[in-house]
Amino acid sequence: MDFEIEQDILIIRLPKEIDHHNCGPIKEGADNILLQQNIREIVFDFSQTDFMDSSGIGVLVGRYKNISCFGGVVSAIYLSKRIRKIFAMSGLDNIIRIYEVD
Amino acid sequence: MRENNMKIEFDALSENESFARLAIAGFMASSDPTLEELEDVKTAVSEAVTNAIIHGYVGKEGKVILSGNLKEHCLTVIIQDFGVGITDVEQARKPMFTTREDLERSGMGFTFMEAFMDELHIESKVNQGTTITMSKRLRG
Repeated sequence: MDFEIEQDILIIRLPKEIDHHNCGPIKEGADNILLQQNIREIVFDFSQTDFMDSSGIGVLVGRYKNISCFGGVVSAIYLSKRIRKIFAMSGLDNIIRIYEVD
Repeated sequence: MRENNMKIEFDALSENESFARLAIAGFMASSDPTLEELEDVKTAVSEAVTNAIIHGYVGKEGKVILSGNLKEHCLTVIIQDFGVGITDVEQARKPMFTTREDLERSGMGFTFMEAFMDELHIESKVNQGTTITMSKRLRG
């Protein structure tokens, strides 16, 4: 997992698996950056991710709530078919913009 | 295919969530499941084991038992803890209901177990623990 900042965009490259055990550092890392820098958009990059359970929903909804306070937005990119299904089931796709990539 | 059974006991530690997913995936392998079936079961098991750790034992130490049965292409998985139990099972089953908003839990655990498995049965007694029984027919 790593964090990359491009101007006012925070890109979070998510780990291979997102579960309750490893979601703590994602939340803390993102929230620290949000507090210290002027971020307008968080992009969750799922290119390395092949597993996510409902713990991941908590991570995304939590960051959405935090950045919404500052008027920012959350988006997601490189979703597998599986992760896309989890987005649809949980309603995440109503609050998070999904970038389509060919 | 012959009937097959397994039973594993492990500590209620969050690092064992991925262990439980790997264990159930390995157990299912002999029935040649599809990738989707494999992911469905791994997700459901991950939810149940996480519940045992976070809610059952509230982060304190304890044991979780994961058992599996494969019979005529039907997989049954049981996740058992001996923790605090669930006061109101019907309420706990509702989507978005969570008692741990402080941990940013989404309240979607039981919803996912229900969606990804064919059957879900919850048996819980306060201060004695919770037993989750789930089954899924494998078409693989």
